[in-house]
Amino acid sequence: MSGSGVVQVAGEVVANRRVGAYHHLTIVAPGVAELARPGQFVALAVGGPTSANLLRRCFSLHKVKASGTYGGTLDVVVAAHGPGTQWLTGLSTHDAVDVVAPLGRPFPLPAEPVPCVLVGGGYGSAPLFWLAEALRERGCHVEMVLGAASEDRLFGVVEARRSADGVTVTTDDGSAGRRGWVSDVLGEVVDRTGAGVVYACGPMGMLRSVTEVAQAHGAVAQVAVEESMACGIGVCMTCVMPVRGTDGTTRMVRSCVEGPVFRGDLVRWDAIGGGITRVPEDAVGAPRPGGH
Amino acid sequence: MVDMSTTLAGATLPNPVMTASGCAANGKELHRFFPVSDLGAFVTKTVMRDPRSGRPTPRMAETSSGMLNSIGLQGPGIDAFCEQDLPWLAAQGARVLVSVAGNTAEEFGEVVQRLVASPAWPCVVGVEANISCPNVANRGLVFACDPVSSERVVQIVRTRVPEGVPVFAKLTPDVTDIVAIADAVLRAGADGLTMINTLLGIVIDTDLLRPQLAGVTGGLSGPAVRPVAVRAVWQVTAAMRAGTIPTAPVIGVGGVRTGADALELVAAGASAVQVGTATFNDPSAPRRVLTELEEHLARHGFTRFADAVGVAHERMAAL
Ligand SMILES: Cc1cc2nc3c(=O)[nH]c(=O)nc-3n(C[C@H](O)[C@H](O)[C@H](O)COP(=O)(O)OP(=O)(O)OC[C@H]3O[C@@H](n4cnc5c(N)ncnc54)[C@H](O)[C@@H]3O)c2cc1C
Ligand SMILES: Cc1cc2nc3c(=O)[nH]c(=O)nc-3n(C[C@H](O)[C@H](O)[C@H](O)COP(=O)(O)O)c2cc1C
Ligand code: FES
Repeated sequence: MSGSGVVQVAGEVVANRRVGAYHHLTIVAPGVAELARPGQFVALAVGGPTSANLLRRCFSLHKVKASGTYGGTLDVVVAAHGPGTQWLTGLSTHDAVDVVAPLGRPFPLPAEPVPCVLVGGGYGSAPLFWLAEALRERGCHVEMVLGAASEDRLFGVVEARRSADGVTVTTDDGSAGRRGWVSDVLGEVVDRTGAGVVYACGPMGMLRSVTEVAQAHGAVAQVAVEESMACGIGVCMTCVMPVRGTDGTTRMVRSCVEGPVFRGDLVRWDAIGGGITRVPEDAVGAPRPGGH
Repeated sequence: MVDMSTTLAGATLPNPVMTASGCAANGKELHRFFPVSDLGAFVTKTVMRDPRSGRPTPRMAETSSGMLNSIGLQGPGIDAFCEQDLPWLAAQGARVLVSVAGNTAEEFGEVVQRLVASPAWPCVVGVEANISCPNVANRGLVFACDPVSSERVVQIVRTRVPEGVPVFAKLTPDVTDIVAIADAVLRAGADGLTMINTLLGIVIDTDLLRPQLAGVTGGLSGPAVRPVAVRAVWQVTAAMRAGTIPTAPVIGVGGVRTGADALELVAAGASAVQVGTATFNDPSAPRRVLTELEEHLARHGFTRFADAVGVAHERMAAL
């Protein structure tokens, strides 16, 4: 419905190209670009209308275009993993894909033109170039730190050099940039630029280290998390994470609605690990001994 | 044009399609895709007395044509529900079927008492007692697996809900004889039945070689369970038609993705149909199923939805 901030449209693939280990898809999806902001995501149905894979797959919006040859489009960067992402990366031009977007809360932009560092792990860099442009339009100095396991899993290094005022690259195996993790270099970059905000998107372990480094160097971390999602629109309650509110109380909140962007220092990293997120004992409504 | 209205134990609804509890939150999210008042009724997420955080994650695993979930009845508690969610639904003009639960039979009663006292109560067209949840007082055994516990809950809920507003008992298919449970709750005063809740399952993560859900077990739902739902509705309807259990309206739920799926449940005996897991695949699913169901009824030459309810029992091939 109009005015609701989200649209469901029958999308059409207009481009699917390989970029290193990923696929970069452009999908015609009228109405999305007008509503979307950096940090928001799209929920795609996979396998067609009779698919046995019912759950939506969520991807960061890499960029959006309000009009053009095809009408409005959106771009996503997809790593083929399970059946849904394999189906998506196998799509050809003119194939149909059902789109629900934009979803979630975008990265909050600073009111003042403060220096910012944008950190992307693997395909986690996908939403950051668009964010970099928005920040630079506001007069922010923007640097990027891109990291991945190996060179083919880095996304957008060339684009980063265009979108940012400085780029640092790390790989675990040293195949590109500095050998090591983004968190190894982040402290230096924050200190050198005097950054007030660190924006990050990538695996949970990385987001936790980024939060710690940012805090240690006097910056606020804004992290886009990736929790397992079934619907993406807030109706299933599968995507919850323990996050402290401004009142200091921890609640299990839906990362598809209240996130995916959270202030890093409010996420209860102590409850997350080993592929499981526990309910902290002090969380609202946590199970009590002898019953719930 | 088909007359899509349906009457459930005195509550007349403009059409028979509803959301399923826990698959539509409390309306605001789906209202971005279609007006919640378009549905015959909006079924709310099961609400308990106190706020609940639910279970650890992962809480879900995709399965062939379905999923497992172990949400653990996360919710804000009945007071917040009455202050925020119910008035919002009332303001949209929705007809609301409120799903309630308790850790004990008495707690069901407390939840209902506070619900009935809510200023937004007039939008409530029925109460669905989710008895497919663990009874803390009975070693955590699910109420609906035990006729005595089920009866007790239904008696308490029925006495607290004002006359004229029907009470539905939502049954689990994870029992040896669902007709016996249906009989027990109807004799205890339930005005109708909702069938089915999820089926208990486990998925093993073959990379980690451990259960994929943090809570180990979860409830199976989606098109994969539809034949089980159709069977449950069929068996209970057959017993009602044979006069072996009291006659009452049945709300069918389980695996409905299309209008044809809904028609299966209707033909088996359901006077209304809920759409659950399919909503995750398509947020417009409940609204779309309504349109498609009407098209199917018209194709079969029905002028009234009510005439299709249980029709398959009359069209059995002679053996
Ligand atoms: C906000 C957000 C942004 C994301 N952005 C990107 C991106 O830009 N590029 C990219 O390649 N991937 C991204 N992901 C991860 C992507 O959603 C999963 O890799 C994908 O859903 C897995 O689907 P599958 O069919 O390959 O795997 P399966 O394991 O078969 O998926 C089964 C179910 O689990 C869910 N699921 C499994 N893994 C994940 C996961 N890591 N995150 C969320 N849900 C999961 C799926 O949605 C699906 O419902 C993002 C996830 C979220 C939550
Ligand atoms: C994520 C999820 C949450 C659910 N939560 C509830 C709930 O709170 N109360 C309830 O009575 N049923 C709950 N159910 C069960 C559904 O209402 C429904 O009975 C079941 O899923 C079968 O229908 P479906 O196949 O259309 O989903 C839940 C199901 C799912 C998938
Ligand atoms: S993914 Fe369904 S509520 Fe967040």
